[in-house]
Amino acid sequence: MTDAKPMIECRDVHKYYGDYHALRGIDLTIKGGEFFSLLGPSGCGKTTLLRTIAGFEDISSGVVLIDGREMGDVPANKRPTNMVFQSYAIFPHLTVAENVAFGLRRDPRGKAEKAAAVDEALSMVGLKGYGARSAHALSGGQRQRVALARALILKPKVLLLDEPLSALDRKMREQMQVELIKLQRQVGITFVLVTHDQEEALVMSDRIAVMFEGEIAQLDGPEALYARPSTRRVADFIGVMNFLPAEILSHVGGTVTVDVAGLGQVELPEHQISRANPDDEGAMIGFRPETMTLVGPGATHNQPRETNATIDEVVYYGDMTYYDLRLDGVARADGKARTVRISMRNVFGRDVQEVGTRTRLAWSPGSLVLFR
Amino acid sequence: MAKFDAEARAGLSLIAPPFLYALVILAAPLLTILAYSFLTDGYLEIIRDFTWTNYAQVMSDPIVRVVMTRSLIVAMVVTAVTVLLAFPVAYYVSFVVRPERKSLWLFLITIPFWTSYLIRVFLWKVILGYNGVVNSSLTGLGIIDEPLTFILYNVNSIVITLAHAYAPFAILPIFVALEKIDRSLLEAGRDLGESRAMTFWRVTLPLAMPGVLAAVLIVFIPTIGDYVTPEVIGGGKIPMIANMIQVQMLALDNRPLGSALAVTAMLIVAVISLIFLFLNRRFLKVRQ
Amino acid sequence: MSIHSKGRGLQAYAVLYLLFLYAPILLLPIFAFNSGTIIAFPLQGFTTEWFSQMWANATLRRALTNSLTIAVSSSVLATCLGVFAARASTRFRFPGRGGMMGFIMLPMVLPEIIVAMSLLVVLLGMGVQLSLLTVILGHALICMPYAIAILSTAFSSLDRSLEEAAFDLGESKWGAFRLITLPLVMPGIISSLLISFTISLDEFIIAFFLAGNEPTLPTYIFSQLRFPRAIPVIMALGTVLVILSIVLLAIGEYFRRRGNARIGGSPTGGLL
Repeated sequence: MTDAKPMIECRDVHKYYGDYHALRGIDLTIKGGEFFSLLGPSGCGKTTLLRTIAGFEDISSGVVLIDGREMGDVPANKRPTNMVFQSYAIFPHLTVAENVAFGLRRDPRGKAEKAAAVDEALSMVGLKGYGARSAHALSGGQRQRVALARALILKPKVLLLDEPLSALDRKMREQMQVELIKLQRQVGITFVLVTHDQEEALVMSDRIAVMFEGEIAQLDGPEALYARPSTRRVADFIGVMNFLPAEILSHVGGTVTVDVAGLGQVELPEHQISRANPDDEGAMIGFRPETMTLVGPGATHNQPRETNATIDEVVYYGDMTYYDLRLDGVARADGKARTVRISMRNVFGRDVQEVGTRTRLAWSPGSLVLFR
Repeated sequence: MAKFDAEARAGLSLIAPPFLYALVILAAPLLTILAYSFLTDGYLEIIRDFTWTNYAQVMSDPIVRVVMTRSLIVAMVVTAVTVLLAFPVAYYVSFVVRPERKSLWLFLITIPFWTSYLIRVFLWKVILGYNGVVNSSLTGLGIIDEPLTFILYNVNSIVITLAHAYAPFAILPIFVALEKIDRSLLEAGRDLGESRAMTFWRVTLPLAMPGVLAAVLIVFIPTIGDYVTPEVIGGGKIPMIANMIQVQMLALDNRPLGSALAVTAMLIVAVISLIFLFLNRRFLKVRQ
Repeated sequence: MSIHSKGRGLQAYAVLYLLFLYAPILLLPIFAFNSGTIIAFPLQGFTTEWFSQMWANATLRRALTNSLTIAVSSSVLATCLGVFAARASTRFRFPGRGGMMGFIMLPMVLPEIIVAMSLLVVLLGMGVQLSLLTVILGHALICMPYAIAILSTAFSSLDRSLEEAAFDLGESKWGAFRLITLPLVMPGIISSLLISFTISLDEFIIAFFLAGNEPTLPTYIFSQLRFPRAIPVIMALGTVLVILSIVLLAIGEYFRRRGNARIGGSPTGGLL
């Protein structure tokens, strides 16, 4: 799906707004044909970085290359990129076809050829026959499609998408996610998506750059990002992760032995150890809610380890139930009981357990990540 | 940094034409009369000597004092009347009128403001005159025997005319302030057990206050400088400050004294406006 | 419900208030068609005499030509300058923006007599001949704040990414402005032209002091108010002017609202 050739390269890109340091040394290579996401909370610089690539913002220092060409003096209207705006920016005084044909004004092709190109672009996004409609009569999802057709008709090397799904309702959003993936495979060009929605990034991307405060905190594929976040902050931002204090007992070769509050001693191999996190006080063990199992009274399991716990809170979600557990042997922190969250699928025949029940937690050391 | 400069450059070059225009057509003349006000009036020419004499004359001349006081009183009364009468209308349009009808009401309220100021002023003279609409109707109906004279060619008729002329000016800022009030605040007030009147007094009125103060300023400033109404209604016998400036500048050709009068009037207006802006700020601070 | 009773009292008051606002204007046509030469009740009879006298009056026609010349020129000038200011203040951040905009908007609250007198003193001091041009300069100054107020609404309700999208799709900066921004703010521009035109047409003080010997409609009216015999014609003229103003304002309001609706803004909000 992706070829090895780099399409976008950012080298030590800095951006200041007055005294505000919006981008702090971004180094990034996005490959040709890749579906790439910039993920982070609002104000992290992800939109600024996208607008830098598009050419709407000058950079304060550093280099941006697109398809091997330096973009320093190239304005947005001369770059091989096109953008789908968060508000879609559909021109309200033009028809759908006029919107889509907007970028073809300087195209030397004849009228009929252009019209054919517009029709093709519209059918590609599922809006065949909508050309004569007035733009302001469209629904949110339809506007989104017009914005896509309008950008793709120019055959850009890179399509930039600024939070394109944030204005849609949940059902529409999920549908558009799938359609965008299909569309990207069909046209085969590089997509760069900006989003604050971690689920959206995980669903759609080949690779994801997680950004905080103008810096890239981690750049990885979705599975690696989810299973082995490099810092506590990334772990917290993507899904739910439980943390328990841990004490490092020994570090021999690639293997670390730690004593984890509530879980006891475990040995962890190199790939389960996260990058050093200077902000944190002391080492922490992290694990995802779905990687451990609640074992009912008398039931058996095939996990290597088992821990006793008390159910502190039960939250029922229909298909899932979340349990907050107090593990035996975990000290209170800041006067409150420290709980961990476990999620259980509500499969047929498994009862939801009640608050206060003594229970067992079955787990494997393979699901733990050490942050230190 | 580069981007900020580019944006500032673009903005500054765009604002330049209107700003330079205002500079040449407004600032330069204002500075000129400021300069004139410190010069001496000679016969047929102006002597370029710096002097405070004009201001001393403005301060000490009893006629100036009478006219200044009259202008201030008229402007204050007109402002008070206009704002008090306008508030219920603004409240009605904002709170009672259905949303889709609001702009029609605003349009109806603004129209008279834009149409034939002179003729409207003159028509008040017709309405209020000795044989005017009011008097001829009242005598015709037998309600009074002699025409009323208290509404005739005097300060009262000036006040009525001006209050009518600047009415829309008072409604709009109050309306805007009322529109901004979050309706759930009022429901919260009622929900917390306040009566309707108390909710109005403790929630609506304080929140509308910035609009009321804006209305006061926007009526007061043009009223105090009004030229047409005293001229047409008062027949030139009850001058206000604008008429006096004009007479000094043109009829008596004493431009330094006329300039000093104009500068003094602007200073008084500026000081009163600043007091009001200060009150507004104090008020907002207290509320927060 | 109590809301209704409260609403009804207020409504009665509001209607009375509107009557007060319109009272003088309603009298205009009554006296314009009244055959009596004195403006007083009771009415004499119906006549269109004053309208035909009005058309026959050469000075009046000259005043009308002058007024139209001034109103067209100053509304175009004010709107052009207003477009610059509105775009600058809504689209860009730059040092001194608030101060400069405040200064440009100052004529809105400055008594016109001050503007007229100071301008007159400077023009006379420089030996400039008073003419229609000097009135145009003054009128453009006082119309500009109103033009800016209308145009700023039009510019600020425009989604900034529309212009960026056009630029991104390969247009030049000027092309993006011409093809996207200009058509979308056009209703605001038309509205600004009409309102400036109406203000200029009705403006008396600046025209009175800066026009020299040239009459405009308001200065002609003012000169005639002293002569009781001339009043019925003035009533006829006033009727025509009021109708003209209302039509222009209604068209202006229509365009302002259509512009708002087209770019998704709210339809409420007044002319100020």
